[in-house]
Amino acid sequence: MTDQSTDPAVPRVVSSRFDVADAHTLEVYRTTGSFPGYAGLAAALERTPDEVRESVVAATLLGRGGAGFPAGVKWGFCPPGVWPRYVVVNGDESEPGTYKDRMLMERDPHQLIEGALIAAYAIGAAQVFLYVRGEMPHAQERIAAALNEALAAGLVGRNILGTDFSVDVLLHWGAGAYIVGEETALIESLEGNRGMPRLKPPFFPAAKGLYMRPTIVNNVETLANLPWLMHHGVDAYRAVGTETSPGTRLIALSGHVRRPGVYEVPQGTTTFRDLFHDERYGGGIRDGNELKMFIPGGASAPWFFPEQIDLPLEARPVGAAGSMLGSGAVVVMDETTDAVEACYSLVRFFARESCGKCTPCREGTTWEEKILERILEGHGRPSDIDLLLDVADNISPGPYPVAADPEHGLEAVPFPPKQTTICPLGPSSVAPITSAIRRFRSEFEARITRRDLIPVSSAAPGAAVTGGDDV
Amino acid sequence: MSERPRPIEVTDPVTITVDGRPIEVQRGELLIDACERNDAYIPRFCYHPRMEPVGMCRMCLVEVDTGRGPALQPSCMIPTAPDMVVETASERVTKAQDGVLEFLLANHPLDCPVCDKGGECPLQDQTMAYGPGESRWVEEKRHYEKPIEISPLVLLDRERCILCDRCTRFASEVTDDPLIHFINRGSNTEVNTFPGDPFSSYFSGNTVQICPVGALTATPYRFRARPWDLERTESTCTTCSVGCRVTLESSRDRMLRINGVDSDPVNWSWLCDAGRFSFEATNSEDRLTEPLRRNPDGSFSGIRWSEALTVVADALRGSDPQRVAVLGGSRLTDESAYAWAALAKGVVGTDHVDAQLGDGLPAAVFDLPGATIDDVCRPGGTVLYLGPDPKEELPVLFLRLKHAAQRDGVRILEVTPTATSLTPYAVAGVRPRPGELAAVASVLAGGDVPAEGVAGVPAAELEGVLDALGAADGPVSVVIGRPNLAESAQVVLDAAASLSALPGVRFLPVVRRGNARGAVTAGLAPGRLPGGARLGSDDHWSSTWSTVPTAAGHDALGILAAAAAGEISTLVLLGADPLSDVGDRALVDRALERVDTIVALDAFPTASVRRADLVLPVAVAGEVDGTTTNLEGRVSRVRAKVTPPGTARADWVVAVELARRLGAEWTARTVEALRDELVAGAPQLAGTSWAQVDAADDGVVVDLTGRGFDPGPTAPVPQIDSYSLRLVLSRELYDGGELLARSESLAGLSRTPTVGISVGDAERLGVSDGTALIVRGERGSLTLPARVSSGIPRGTAHLVHRLEGSDPISLLSADEVACDVRVELA
Repeated sequence: MTDQSTDPAVPRVVSSRFDVADAHTLEVYRTTGSFPGYAGLAAALERTPDEVRESVVAATLLGRGGAGFPAGVKWGFCPPGVWPRYVVVNGDESEPGTYKDRMLMERDPHQLIEGALIAAYAIGAAQVFLYVRGEMPHAQERIAAALNEALAAGLVGRNILGTDFSVDVLLHWGAGAYIVGEETALIESLEGNRGMPRLKPPFFPAAKGLYMRPTIVNNVETLANLPWLMHHGVDAYRAVGTETSPGTRLIALSGHVRRPGVYEVPQGTTTFRDLFHDERYGGGIRDGNELKMFIPGGASAPWFFPEQIDLPLEARPVGAAGSMLGSGAVVVMDETTDAVEACYSLVRFFARESCGKCTPCREGTTWEEKILERILEGHGRPSDIDLLLDVADNISPGPYPVAADPEHGLEAVPFPPKQTTICPLGPSSVAPITSAIRRFRSEFEARITRRDLIPVSSAAPGAAVTGGDDV
Repeated sequence: MSERPRPIEVTDPVTITVDGRPIEVQRGELLIDACERNDAYIPRFCYHPRMEPVGMCRMCLVEVDTGRGPALQPSCMIPTAPDMVVETASERVTKAQDGVLEFLLANHPLDCPVCDKGGECPLQDQTMAYGPGESRWVEEKRHYEKPIEISPLVLLDRERCILCDRCTRFASEVTDDPLIHFINRGSNTEVNTFPGDPFSSYFSGNTVQICPVGALTATPYRFRARPWDLERTESTCTTCSVGCRVTLESSRDRMLRINGVDSDPVNWSWLCDAGRFSFEATNSEDRLTEPLRRNPDGSFSGIRWSEALTVVADALRGSDPQRVAVLGGSRLTDESAYAWAALAKGVVGTDHVDAQLGDGLPAAVFDLPGATIDDVCRPGGTVLYLGPDPKEELPVLFLRLKHAAQRDGVRILEVTPTATSLTPYAVAGVRPRPGELAAVASVLAGGDVPAEGVAGVPAAELEGVLDALGAADGPVSVVIGRPNLAESAQVVLDAAASLSALPGVRFLPVVRRGNARGAVTAGLAPGRLPGGARLGSDDHWSSTWSTVPTAAGHDALGILAAAAAGEISTLVLLGADPLSDVGDRALVDRALERVDTIVALDAFPTASVRRADLVLPVAVAGEVDGTTTNLEGRVSRVRAKVTPPGTARADWVVAVELARRLGAEWTARTVEALRDELVAGAPQLAGTSWAQVDAADDGVVVDLTGRGFDPGPTAPVPQIDSYSLRLVLSRELYDGGELLARSESLAGLSRTPTVGISVGDAERLGVSDGTALIVRGERGSLTLPARVSSGIPRGTAHLVHRLEGSDPISLLSADEVACDVRVELA
């Protein structure tokens, strides 16, 4: 993991202190970076909460957690006159390939706290709950230390910056479940329950969230944008990126590129080609290999292929092309990657992380995993490919989002998928299956029919059940 | 599934289209219910109409179009809205349902041939109706150790479980016994208890009933029958007076299972485990099966019914009516109670008749303006609770009150001598000293709070309850019962008299015994005629009967006192066991000693039956037809499902036979005729004729208007003895009662007896939990381990009635208003 490249042309809204030593301390936070620390909060407190929210709406600050919903609009969904309200910071970053929030929490925790306070001010929250993933002890330590500093400096708690605005921040560490990154599951977890999603409707958190009160759940990066936005203003913010997706995004680039890392890029004006090949970013595919496929938005996103490399990093075109920008995790896979193994690895993740609440995800993801495991162990049946697709279809009915395949004359199916499940976890397990089978069906068929591809050392736990219809 | 949608009144109709058909539904009701009500049943596993929907099983997915195009949605989570278009059987819906069923069956063992649920299994039924027909699953299924005992009554087979969250939701949401929970995740998710913490809920049997597969089975029914061999009939449970609706299920004339039926005004399909499983006693080896006569040497010999009836008739005929008394009758049906009342009062001519044993409430409480359970639980209402711990004595009433407090904004104000299971749900509460409840009631009704407080309750606490009463939205309901068997019932009547001054107040009298209200209403109470009219106030019975008592007779304690004084020669025990239940052991002993002829009608050889001269075996619940009246005054049908053992017969048959032998011109020969005869003479019972009750699944509530409540002479305030603790004697659900002791599965569940004392008294005595203490009263003493509880006020000792190893009624004497005991280190 390398740090942000330095390029004066790219404004650094959230990553300006990633390279600064001791940026996690209050003193350094106040004196370095692209804005003076806590100046954004001071600027916000000089306006009314409504004015703060309106400027966030005007800036079109899109949520950075995956869904890309405008944050200011979401804040407006709190039913009027219903108190208390809460702000919940979703720091449960767990999507495979995504590690940008972790950088924000470890390297610039004050920026996040400041952003959370601005959000709390804008919606009139009585309390901020800052939820950090259980497996990120370094981030937890840094945030706890920063919060203590901020409290001592009168930046958190009673009468912040001498105004009559008071809010406390409560820290909560996760216990190790991917699904808690889903906002309603996170709320359940905060309440002390099993981290299992609630159904939307009726439980839209903005109306009925934590303890059934209006609750705004925002991603770490979303909130980290607020201090810069408050300090530099809406026009400066909108000057970067595109009309519909202004500002920058943190992209966590991983996989088979020369320089994986977290890069802050302008939204919409950067393409995947820039990201992979530009010397400021990925610096090219490793070892001079060919690009085979890439995942544009974390493990849950359908795969893209070389034909999609010139798409801009912007939610709408990526969605129309059959995938999503999601949490900003781009995973690059070169020609040495085995599509079946890659598919299995991703599906296994979702099966292990299914919370078990709803039937299709609980039973379906495990079934998918078992079929893939059988295929990899040499016990696949020709019918297994269609079975996989149909099991997947019972989790996410109907044409599943997938990239275009011009060579075979297949058009893209736009995002998002449909679901028989409560939350998108189950349908996420379908992304690698439909993507891999549509493009690399022959690799699956080879695994099933060509015995020379079967690892000799393979134990055969499924041997007893392979006397199926067509072996 | 057997559940039905909750009854709903359509007040705000909207039209939706279901499968092309426009239907009118209530705006906002759940789509799954709206469709079912309109003959478009949607399959489901996790949805239960009496619990919050969770949308987990995904079986109820339907296509819903609210203007943005059709989308698959769980119909158990979607409120109806105008112009909604719903497809319940489209290709996409069918595919989704096939998929869900295939997923559910993937790891399900398919051991239906040996599964208790097979034949009545929602998973089996819905697989047949909606499933894909065959499974494509070829992988190894999940395996768990099975079954595991999650409580003494319930076993769990995790392989069969489909993780629908019904049992776990029931435990946490309906009963607040969150002892079973999901553990692990993904496809390794399982239901289990916490280590060392079994699912010991009074309501555990409900989880077996609502389990949509055979994952949960109950020990009393496990492997006893196949569903298709069961015969069912609907009846009413009479284990306590709540009157839950049930199905009685038998095979080969043997009672095998009882399940709850959803009666909206009463039990919402829930049952307590005592009501559900105590039918085991019906099949007990101990049942009395033939009439018995005591021999001179004290042993019993079987005799023929005709001979036995002749002996009884002779004893009745040979006694001065004033020397005949009838004790008990709360176990009887309304018709049996009426037949005995008519025999005693209209044929023999005695008024020494009492269905209760001094542990209930006098008939006068039924003269108060009455409230139903629904009235008490009216959303937003206020309830003054002056009764026993409802979870211990009237478990399903507890569920209703808890639901009302937790979910319908009902504010419960608790006025009880110790904390109860309701305390966590009450908004305020005070703990009056036993014997002084009436003083607190008069403050609550009148409002003046003496600075020094009342009955040991500090003024500030009383103010708290008064404030809550003052803030009540609409009239207050009072739940009134006997929280303390060591306190005179008169204290409760005195309190009711004060509270009846509250504007618009209505009372729910919680007498505990199964049909206590029905028996009293049928005339088994001193000074009362069938229908509840006072002696002398009514012409109907005096013109119908050949004789009518002229003066009010003794109540239970009076009868026993008279018997002890040699004034009773023939005593009939109608299922009464005064030796075990009356709060004065010495008095009962002397009474039974001096009576010439004791006739006991009972199903079991109780302690008192063993003292009888003549024992007549009778039929019990499940073996008799008739009606019963619950604590609200709701008359509902009880039905016979199995034949009584031996020659045991219904109590009313005995009464009618005896009347005939005594030469009465009384022609009623059926329960139907008895019912209609009773109703014809009792204006309060209008609308409860046999045909009317028989047709009403939820029963018919009698007239609750109330009439001239007369509490009788006020009880004196007992002196405080500062060296003593005042005794609170209450009941627990699992006690040593006849039914429970003979129900194999329940017999071992009662708690070890203790003496409960307050934290302050424990400090004073220097004792902690488990320290042996001597509880010494004037009549005797007990040695029991201490239980220190913050729910017991200082100056109070708490004992539980009828637990094995403890006999607290031996401490009581009938003529005291309250009982003081000394508690010392053993």
